[in-house]
Amino acid sequence: MTIKTPDHLKWPVDTDITAVPYSVFNNREVYDLEQQKIHNGPTWNYLGTEDELPENGSFKSTYIGDTPVVVTRGEDGLVYAWVNRCSHRGAEICRERHGKSDDGAFTCVYHQWAFDAKGDLRGVPFQRGLAGKGGMPKDFDKTKHNLRKVRVVSHHGVIFGTFSDDTPDIETYMGEDVSRHFKRILKGPIEVIGHTRQFIAGNWKFYSENTKDPYHASLLHLFHPTFGIYRASLGGGSIVNNDVHSVLWVENNKEDESVLDDVKKDNTRTYQDGTYQLQDPSLLAGMKEFDDDTSTVIFSLFPSLVVHQIQNTLCFRQILPKSESEFELVWTFFGYADDSEELRSYRMKQLNLVGPAGLISMEDGESTELCQKAIVRDGQYSNYIRMGGTGTGSDDHFVTEGAIRSLWKGYRELMDV
Amino acid sequence: MSDDKNNLTLKNEVNDLLNAYVQCIDDDKLEDWPSFFTDKCLYQVVPRENHEMGLPTAVMWCDSQGMLSDRITALRHANIYQVQWYRHIISNTVITSVINDEIHVQSNYAVFKTCNDGESTVFNVGRYIDVIVRVNGELKFKERSAIYDTHRITTLMVIPI
Repeated sequence: MTIKTPDHLKWPVDTDITAVPYSVFNNREVYDLEQQKIHNGPTWNYLGTEDELPENGSFKSTYIGDTPVVVTRGEDGLVYAWVNRCSHRGAEICRERHGKSDDGAFTCVYHQWAFDAKGDLRGVPFQRGLAGKGGMPKDFDKTKHNLRKVRVVSHHGVIFGTFSDDTPDIETYMGEDVSRHFKRILKGPIEVIGHTRQFIAGNWKFYSENTKDPYHASLLHLFHPTFGIYRASLGGGSIVNNDVHSVLWVENNKEDESVLDDVKKDNTRTYQDGTYQLQDPSLLAGMKEFDDDTSTVIFSLFPSLVVHQIQNTLCFRQILPKSESEFELVWTFFGYADDSEELRSYRMKQLNLVGPAGLISMEDGESTELCQKAIVRDGQYSNYIRMGGTGTGSDDHFVTEGAIRSLWKGYRELMDV
Repeated sequence: MSDDKNNLTLKNEVNDLLNAYVQCIDDDKLEDWPSFFTDKCLYQVVPRENHEMGLPTAVMWCDSQGMLSDRITALRHANIYQVQWYRHIISNTVITSVINDEIHVQSNYAVFKTCNDGESTVFNVGRYIDVIVRVNGELKFKERSAIYDTHRITTLMVIPI
């Protein structure tokens, strides 16, 4: 089937990836095509962690894009996933966020068709009719009515799913640097310490851009500079893998004082010289837990996952698109199974920094909504993404939008526009 | 005066504290908000799903008056958010027990949020679980947990519950 490219997806002829037409963010047709070509296409989507499925029969409801998906642990101990839609009349089968099926069966409440953890159809009530009347045709073949299955992979305890047979293996998909950072943060068995959820009235791609944007960090998020803890002078940079995935990182030991002088000259709101002080500095206390000086890493595995280490907080952020103008952000915080009590207490206190009420992160929901509000019309206009030049790829500084340009390059390839 | 859970004077005092607390927030007198707590305290805003699963993750978690004050300083001078007002409604306040001078209280709450567009929405609904103590004759929160049902926070949460 040939899919006609909607007019809204046509890029302005005189631009490439340094200008994105606003119609890409405000249009249902584009959104539907994304669900088809990206989320149902050759991409790995975050589903959860092995830790969330502790026993055989454990399950968790989630989504790939906006398609409801259930992840299970089968009787063989392996992880499976299927679309949460009965093969009979299309009803939702699993109605809980998480839990355990004691008999390993998942039964649709509508007509009690029963499936196993793999999504295979096991039982159809009254298949042979009652007292010789009714029932399914004689040639009814249960094996042809399994649930729509999701290909899954468990990588260092994290579960990803894809609908496409063309999706490459997970490490190839991630690329070298994302893969390295993934292994770094999943250095041992993890323990989920809770979820928080945020519903944002903005297009999901504004958030993808946001998490590849080192330029905004010190300008929008003013918690650190307000309390005299300046950030843009720290070392770090951005890396791009396979166009759409990226790593932003900050190193603690590479502060550059000349940068600070430039910042003062620019007279932004950013720098405040000791006007306010934390009354309880224990908020920022923590401990070194990696064998390097990286204090912050935010890496994104397009389209559905952002992983962060911000000081001692560790988190999977799952991006769940709901419409062209809404998405949900599910924050799953974790530690390691062998955390000391002291480390856990730092993680708890630093939760204040991140998440829907995070002192240094709450504005990301706001900025996404600010963009969405302003682009409801004028789809023929474009934004302007030229910080740090017009190229794609990695940079060893923060004053760049190179990773965002790379995203749009990859997006156009995935969407075939 | 006896601190017994059926003591009417105590019930009145507890109700006064709960009412004054929400009035302080709704009237935007947030600088006074930390004074409702003891110096060392626990204030946490926790999604119900975590509470029920025994998982500790909270969206706000403060264990000192200083941390509460820092939240307000950040709200006033650092964080970026659209103009908004809260209106708290509290009900079903029950003193569940009084043990060793600690008054255990539960109540339901609903917070409506109104932004500049004039629409009021139900922003956060849940229950408070409190441990209240007497400091120099005045009741203070030693612990206040807001366990919220509305586990999908719209946009962001900057003002405390």
